Amino acid sequence: MVEPGLSVDALTVVRGGRVILTDLSFDVAPGEALLVRGPNGAGKSSLLMALAGLLDPEAGRIAHAKPDPEAPVHAHIHYVAQTPAIKSGLSVHENLRFWADVFGARGADIASALNRAGLGRLDGIDAGLLSTGQTRRLALARLVAVPRSLWLLDEPTNALDASGAAWVADLVSAHLAGGGMAVIATHLDVPLVGAVKTLTLDRGRV
Amino acid sequence: MADTHAKTVEPGWFTRIAHPGMFMGWSRHVIVPLIVITTLAFAVGLFYAFYGSPADYQMGDTVRMMYVHVPSAWLSQFCYAIMFCSAIGTLVWRHPMADVSQKAAAPLGAAFTALALFTGSMWGRPTWGTFWEWDGRMTSTLVLLFIYLGLIALWRAFDDQLKAARIVAVITLVGAINIPVIKFSVDWWQTLHQPASVFRLDGPTVDSSILIPLLVMTLAFSLLFLTLHLVRMRTEITRRRIRSLEIAQARAAGDAA
Amino acid sequence: MTGFFAVIGRDLRLGLRQGGDLLTLVLFFVIVGVLMPFAVGPDKTLLARLAPAIVWVAALLAQLLSHDRLFRTDFEDGSLVLFRHAALPLEAIVAAKLIAHWLLTCLPLIVATPVLALVLGMDGPAFRLAALSLVLGTPALAGFGAIGAAVTVGLKRGGLVAPVLVLPLSLPVLIFGTGAFDVARLGGSSQALLLLAALSLLSMVLAPFAAALALKISGE
Repeated sequence: MVEPGLSVDALTVVRGGRVILTDLSFDVAPGEALLVRGPNGAGKSSLLMALAGLLDPEAGRIAHAKPDPEAPVHAHIHYVAQTPAIKSGLSVHENLRFWADVFGARGADIASALNRAGLGRLDGIDAGLLSTGQTRRLALARLVAVPRSLWLLDEPTNALDASGAAWVADLVSAHLAGGGMAVIATHLDVPLVGAVKTLTLDRGRV
Repeated sequence: MADTHAKTVEPGWFTRIAHPGMFMGWSRHVIVPLIVITTLAFAVGLFYAFYGSPADYQMGDTVRMMYVHVPSAWLSQFCYAIMFCSAIGTLVWRHPMADVSQKAAAPLGAAFTALALFTGSMWGRPTWGTFWEWDGRMTSTLVLLFIYLGLIALWRAFDDQLKAARIVAVITLVGAINIPVIKFSVDWWQTLHQPASVFRLDGPTVDSSILIPLLVMTLAFSLLFLTLHLVRMRTEITRRRIRSLEIAQARAAGDAA
Repeated sequence: MTGFFAVIGRDLRLGLRQGGDLLTLVLFFVIVGVLMPFAVGPDKTLLARLAPAIVWVAALLAQLLSHDRLFRTDFEDGSLVLFRHAALPLEAIVAAKLIAHWLLTCLPLIVATPVLALVLGMDGPAFRLAALSLVLGTPALAGFGAIGAAVTVGLKRGGLVAPVLVLPLSLPVLIFGTGAFDVARLGGSSQALLLLAALSLLSMVLAPFAAALALKISGE
């Protein structure tokens, strides 16, 4: 029996006094992706935040199987929210290098990660001059530069055009093929290759 | 496997007392008796304060101000201790009653501190000729008042009162560490500047005819604080319930439309 | 450790490259200091006596203005959330940010002190004492300010709440910082300076933990 990489059991999340998620249970195995769908306000972002350890659940359990038992849980997670955490005033290269250093991937190959994101030629440019789509790619380049097993992506294709969305799908599919896991909140279609489950939320319930 | 467990509420006598619904239940029965005892304590204390204790040979009848000043000064600090314990309850156990207790205590603390300052000032005027004197005790009390008012301002700045409770708890703990530091620094500052008159606010040497009324008044004030705190906690819980109902109503109306 | 220095490096780089508001901070410090003689009158001996107090109050007010920049942009652009998943704990990241913050906002003030010393008529020993007291005391101001900033980072209407919270906490710093001068007249300001240093140590230890906790709560 394959140990599930991520196991959620009867999860209930309360934010600001309101119940956002009620009694959710699901598993994500290594190599699998979970697409979380639902209208605005259904609780998709809150679910990702809870999985990322940013919200404490009111009830229920979230269990992560860690590749490295010594490291804390958050060392295996990449959480990409809607805000890209990119600073203008620093170059594209400096932005990515900073996050690689902070995430403990000291020898990360920034140049190839930028190339992979299609930003290779914009290496030295001030990140504040990038378009929204390019900023989103830079944020996602972090996933390439620093390998971690669980990806939690909140509307990753939001600011991207069709080719950008295809690139994201490629990126995630490659990650899954390598044994990684992904939970993606999206209201658009993400054409992934690999084992994909879908979870549809309506006001915090399945 | 790494787990994120939710906290489960353990059943037990503490939870039975402290659970919001149950709290409302038993506190309702306690309020009126508390009011009666508080009034009695004040009656006895005030009688002693005005008739049962001697006037000071130096200060005359104004020394009776001490019977209000000393208890309120003591309570202003006791109230912070209550807030400190509640803050720990909020941060460590996430207990909803701890939130409510913190919030209810802050304005009471501010009020008692202000009362202590006011009575101290009133006492000083006829005795030493000034309404305000920069002595260590009064200055520290003034800073404490500012801390209380800052906490109240912080409470009011938040929309989400549950988040507010935890943030206020952090500042309350920081304040608890700093208040002794502030007191020490103010005393140090005062010894540095050697004011002309020393403002002694703990009154003349304490003798039993003064001690007993003082203790009774302190007890009376403590009971007053307890009663007011309980009433404020009930009000706060009711207020939060109303808010939840309003939110639910808004959501229901949103669906129907 | 790389992460720690990376955070310091980034904040320094950002601060220096967008240096406009830092220069404005120094300008504010000098203007407040220069404002006092207008309020008090140009009596040289009086000004010289008040000079340490004026310098310290100006430094305190300038610090109050600068605290907001510590966490707000990181909070708003999502960096704070990413810091939660970093290889080093949030407390260490806050400590690194504090170091960068001190270098960017307190060091310039100390460098600008000679201007105030000149204008307020401080003599050589007094000026040196002022600079030393600022060096020892401004880390404490930065620490308490960071706690105030972390606590109010999520507030939309929180504008004046942070200063109101920070000022009582900063009172001991002000007392010891200016107290060093009064004691100096009696011959020996080392006690005040030691107390100042102790306060700075206390706040540098307390601030990362308190601020990190407040930031985690605000991020929910």
